[in-house]
Amino acid sequence: MRVVITEDHALLRDGLTRLLTAHDIDVVAAVDNTYSLEKVLQEEQVDVAVVDVRLPPTFTNEGLVAAIGIREQRPGLAVLVLSQYVEPLYARELLASGKGSVGYLLKNRVTNVGAFVDAVRQVAAGGTVLDPEVVATMLARADRDDPMARLTQREREVLALMAEGRSNAAIAAQLYISEAAVGKHTNRIFAKLGLPVAIDDNRRVLAVLAYLHEHT
Amino acid sequence: MGSTKGETVDRLPVWPVGRAGLEARLRLTAYLGVHVLLFVPALVLLAVTLVGWATAPALIGAVLLFAAVPLTQRVANVHRVLGGRILGAEIAAVYRSHSGRGPLGAAWVWLRDRTRWRDVGFLAFSITGGVFISTLAVLPLPAAVSYAVLAVVINGVWWALIPVVLTVWWVCTPLLAQARASADRALLSPSRTEELERRVADVTASRAETLDHSAADLRRIERDLHDGAQARMVSLGIQIGLAKELMSSDPEAAKKLLEEAGDVNRSAIDDLQSLVRGIHPPVLADRGLAGAVEALALQLSLPVTVSVDLTGQPPAPVESAAYFAVAECLANAVKHSGAHRAWVTLAHQDGVLGITVGDDGRGGATMNGGSGLAGVARRLAAFDGTIIIASPSGGPTIVSMEVPCALSSPKTTPSSETA
Repeated sequence: MRVVITEDHALLRDGLTRLLTAHDIDVVAAVDNTYSLEKVLQEEQVDVAVVDVRLPPTFTNEGLVAAIGIREQRPGLAVLVLSQYVEPLYARELLASGKGSVGYLLKNRVTNVGAFVDAVRQVAAGGTVLDPEVVATMLARADRDDPMARLTQREREVLALMAEGRSNAAIAAQLYISEAAVGKHTNRIFAKLGLPVAIDDNRRVLAVLAYLHEHT
Repeated sequence: MGSTKGETVDRLPVWPVGRAGLEARLRLTAYLGVHVLLFVPALVLLAVTLVGWATAPALIGAVLLFAAVPLTQRVANVHRVLGGRILGAEIAAVYRSHSGRGPLGAAWVWLRDRTRWRDVGFLAFSITGGVFISTLAVLPLPAAVSYAVLAVVINGVWWALIPVVLTVWWVCTPLLAQARASADRALLSPSRTEELERRVADVTASRAETLDHSAADLRRIERDLHDGAQARMVSLGIQIGLAKELMSSDPEAAKKLLEEAGDVNRSAIDDLQSLVRGIHPPVLADRGLAGAVEALALQLSLPVTVSVDLTGQPPAPVESAAYFAVAECLANAVKHSGAHRAWVTLAHQDGVLGITVGDDGRGGATMNGGSGLAGVARRLAAFDGTIIIASPSGGPTIVSMEVPCALSSPKTTPSSETA
């Protein structure tokens, strides 16, 4: 797997590179601004772009704008955006910007090395990864809606994990229930929310996200 | 302009008759003599102004007025200075600024300037009632001289009049001087409304500046946190996470990572500490202004003498502004002045906190542009504070700051003592 990192802070750029390299992920380049990122994307074959939201020159949301641009121009490329704080608006803009695989994680999440590497792999494999905090914020807003109110506590937990991009097996492991039970929960969630039942994980995640979108 | 109590004149009782009283009266007579001398320019200026207005449409009048307006300001200012000396309290006046404007722009500014209209009115007073009072006060001395001449030339009887005239002079001069100066002040000072309008404008401007300042401070703090401590913390997390994974497979590498993590942790703490110091220095919270300034002085490479005369604590925001003002001045002294020593005095008198920071360096400190001192001035302005920089080329530099504020009584002093 070939990854390009865009992070303006030298210490973090270095840390991310080390972290991914240690897990046998090929870091093609680590750059500190979006122009260099664009150049790398033109010259190299890249699977995943890991991009910090806040980059020079404006230090606002340059990275997010760049990520959205990349998703529109290169549908095949997976983008994982790292943000210093939860901003559901950013997550929403990012999700709305294309069909390819995408991720939005808090920077703090990086400190859980295993989970972060998993997220990179998942995005590279075509999955969608959202930070649990972002999902929680979206669900909290959705609480006001009637269909959501009909979900049981357990079903909400399953929904949150689905939105984060977990597979049935992963959800089962996390909640200490059987995979069959997860399957039942998901079917009921889909029925209650009036969503078409999707077979593969990623389409399922996207359906959930689309639902949260419309209702938040 | 709040205090209306004269000082010079008030300290002149009729008795005792002595050298100090004589000198003061001679000085007053000299001031009033200047009033008399200014009779002619004032008369001419008033005449020119009136003729100028009458003939303004014929352009010649406009030219006359252009000459008369600045000269009127000068004459009025001489009277302000004289009146200020007599009363022992400055007579202030603010003219609207017309710098950088063409002749028409200046004329428009002058037309709307109430101070200038008042000056014209003052000219009328100074050539009538004003010069009458002043002449009364000045007359006895030449009268005494002429009586002496008459006594010598004509008849010894004239001698008898001299003590009378001199007694009248001794008694009346302070009264006449005060009367004249008070009248001048009433005519030459801004009215209460104008004073208040100006004050409101000042307060509005300083509040806007303070808000700008706080917003900029917040941005700086957010920036510092984002680039500093927060980034280091994340990096620290990555290192620890990697080390955890490597613990079993490659303990040596894990140990190295943890050592690095220790360094990163220390620099994160340093970052946070310097940030906290920049927001509100801990020593200021612990020890108050005096202690914090002493602590500041100890840190510098320059020997700094600190003398403090405070009976209590200024309010916290003033304290903070004062602390950063001193810090900025001392930093300038260390960085730019090449000074060998510096001194700081803190004193509170008559409801005003006075802060002086001086150094024996090469001087040349200014408040221009984005200098730190301009920032200090902005911060102090929020508390109605003022800053005066005396820094001639070659030094020394003395920065005097004043902030009106009350002191709270110190916590260590038992309150029963003051009862």
